[in-house]
Amino acid sequence: MLDLALIWALIIALGVLIYVILDGFDLGIGIVFAFFPHDEDRQVMMNTVAPVWDGNETWMVLGGAGLFAAFPVVYSAVLSALYLPLVLMLVGLVLRGVAFEIRGKSQRTRPVWDLAFMTGSAMATFFQGVGLGAFIQGIAVVNREFAGNGFDCFTAFSLFTGAGLMATYAMLGCGWLIIKTDGQLQRRMFRLMPALTIALLAAMAVISVWTPLSQPAIASRWFGPALSMLWPVPLAVLACARGILQAVKTGNETRPYLLTLALIALGYLGFLISIWPNLIPPGVSLWAAAAPESSLKFTLIGVVAILPVILFYTGYSYWVFRGKVRPHDEGYH
Amino acid sequence: MIDIAAIELARIQFAFTVSFHIIFPATTIGLATFIAVLEGLWLKTRREVYYTLCRFWSRAFALCFAIGVVSGIVMSYQFGTNWSVFSNFAGSITGPLLTYEVLTAFFLEAGFLGIMLFGWNKVGPRAHFAATVAVATGTLISMFWILASNSWMQTPAGYRIVDGRVMPVDWMAIVFNPSFPYRFMHMALAVFAVSMLLVSATSAWHLLRNRDNGAMRTSLVMALGCLLVVTPLQALVGDAHGLNTLKYQPAKLAAIEGLWDVHPEGTPLNLFGLPDMEAETTRYSLGIPHLGSLILTHSWTGAVPNMKRFPKQDRPDSRIVFWSFRIMVGLGMLMIVLAVTGAWLHRRGRLQRAIGFLRFAVAMGPAGYVSLLAGWITSEVGRQPWVVYGLLRTSQAASPVTRQQVGLSLLIFVTLYTLVFGTGLFYLFKILRTGPEPAPALPLWNDAAARPSGRHPLQGASLEHSSRQGDNHA
Repeated sequence: MLDLALIWALIIALGVLIYVILDGFDLGIGIVFAFFPHDEDRQVMMNTVAPVWDGNETWMVLGGAGLFAAFPVVYSAVLSALYLPLVLMLVGLVLRGVAFEIRGKSQRTRPVWDLAFMTGSAMATFFQGVGLGAFIQGIAVVNREFAGNGFDCFTAFSLFTGAGLMATYAMLGCGWLIIKTDGQLQRRMFRLMPALTIALLAAMAVISVWTPLSQPAIASRWFGPALSMLWPVPLAVLACARGILQAVKTGNETRPYLLTLALIALGYLGFLISIWPNLIPPGVSLWAAAAPESSLKFTLIGVVAILPVILFYTGYSYWVFRGKVRPHDEGYH
Repeated sequence: MIDIAAIELARIQFAFTVSFHIIFPATTIGLATFIAVLEGLWLKTRREVYYTLCRFWSRAFALCFAIGVVSGIVMSYQFGTNWSVFSNFAGSITGPLLTYEVLTAFFLEAGFLGIMLFGWNKVGPRAHFAATVAVATGTLISMFWILASNSWMQTPAGYRIVDGRVMPVDWMAIVFNPSFPYRFMHMALAVFAVSMLLVSATSAWHLLRNRDNGAMRTSLVMALGCLLVVTPLQALVGDAHGLNTLKYQPAKLAAIEGLWDVHPEGTPLNLFGLPDMEAETTRYSLGIPHLGSLILTHSWTGAVPNMKRFPKQDRPDSRIVFWSFRIMVGLGMLMIVLAVTGAWLHRRGRLQRAIGFLRFAVAMGPAGYVSLLAGWITSEVGRQPWVVYGLLRTSQAASPVTRQQVGLSLLIFVTLYTLVFGTGLFYLFKILRTGPEPAPALPLWNDAAARPSGRHPLQGASLEHSSRQGDNHA
């Protein structure tokens, strides 16, 4: 008998990872925007993602819809628990999405749209991180409903994970721009990368210590008998960080981005190990949260049939827009 | 627990955000098909007027699409943030439908939008046309799923209730529930009417100012031609949809008609009136005898459901739907007048000099949007007091979030959307007012033979391009 709930949990985990990989860099571009005040640089930075950002954000909608379909109780309880951070995240996404369209058309109001793009990207990232932190700390669910206070989600820990996610996405954005730009702009991206790497490493270190200290269940998972299997995770993190710093020194264009992805994959693996097998920590397991079998099956058919096609044409679109983006490149207005 | 004010605020927030959102998809669904047709015609005939229009409407499309996407993300999360009881109750049905929409529509649109808008010189003509068609198809598929979901909430089918929650039993019955085919057709025709009214108003506006390079005449004729097919068909589909409502949601129909009492001698049709929910009557009603029976039962004395038949707590608010319905129908009639007059003038070759008609076409530009929103208000307010008709009351469907939280988020959304809507509209008008470029740069692959002017396309493209860039950076 197939474990449909487990398959669905894996699909959603995969969807979230793809979301972080794809939308992470385009939100990150908005965050590193602040370091590049020149209009021409900014337009190049935006043009590198203009053809793909819509598709990147669709993964976030898939995450939401997938939860809604496969684990309705998670969708309803977690989303109402994280009400304010989610609303603020959505506000950020609206601001930056509109800025994408309008920045190039505006003249006098361009600084306003730059600000909207930066604030929007930063807000969306920060509040996603707050949501993540609050989720790790656990959500009070009684009788399939959120039973806590609307401000439970704002803790020192969740605010810190918000900041940590900003460093993560900024690094992805910087790595992406190293691939997509050249000349002066690329050199400045290379210079920014080490600082972001150290910021992310520090954030990962703090979260790795803070989480087990405040969550005994997670502590016993990591420092219990499984320790012998889990110790390579932090070592791999250090190896990735070292690789990024070296790649920056030698001017390797693609390695900083790819190693950042590896860093994120490791952090994500750590997160999954910590919450397993819960879908709402601390008490609701993925099996308890699953939708009726008929819903899981019906939707799974669509995912199995269509997701490979989506990945194929998403890849095609990236391939069409491969190569460096330069100032005065045509066709982006 | 949940107090009245919190739920009212949540309802206002949902109504506000969804009304704002639907304006943009309604524009882009029709426009995407229009753009695909223009591109196809250009590739086939190589008449540049089609290419000019295609690039022009793509600019308006891109802006509306972006606002549609971001306001749509808000919608996809709002079911959970604000309506958790509903999501928990019906998520096993509405969740999979939404997931199918994401998988089959959103990704298709977003995946090919980049190529459609920015890929003219990155891929060949066939691949580009295929991308445009993919985007247009995506918008239509999206409408299919979201209307399946909405229609299921109006006329639920194919389910069982287990442990107080909905359990899907038959997916064909769920998707093709009783009101779905009617609502889908009605909406499909509506979005084409909306976008073609926008196109005809824009074209007429330019013609009135004598700004025409052939493109505006062509787009006016194309838009009016489409309206000539769509609007009379809409009247027929609307009538069939009404009969479907009579069968499955009689209370909604009684509220729309403002009918309180039984009329055994034949039901009149109220043209005007002020329904009063307390006094259970429609004041100042101006009715045409027997017409209600005739339209709704196709007989002289047929019985039509009346409001008093339903318990007070099960009645939708007649004061709203009575008028929203009449606004929708009235504007629909005007659209038919516009399309038929346009066709008549065109046949006599007087279309572009008919000042009065062109002004009428401009004035009708917003009519599609008003009519669309009025229709949805009729449908959604008419479903009340239920969120899932007959199964779950709206008053019991909200999240356990406080009045303060919803009040704050509502305030934020109203402010944000006003700003976004304001600027979006400003730039949309700017695009429409500026009109198409006289000779937009052709794609590099456009062969020289196709241009009788003899200008080398590569050279032409790069020249025009550099001059345009000068403008941008000035």
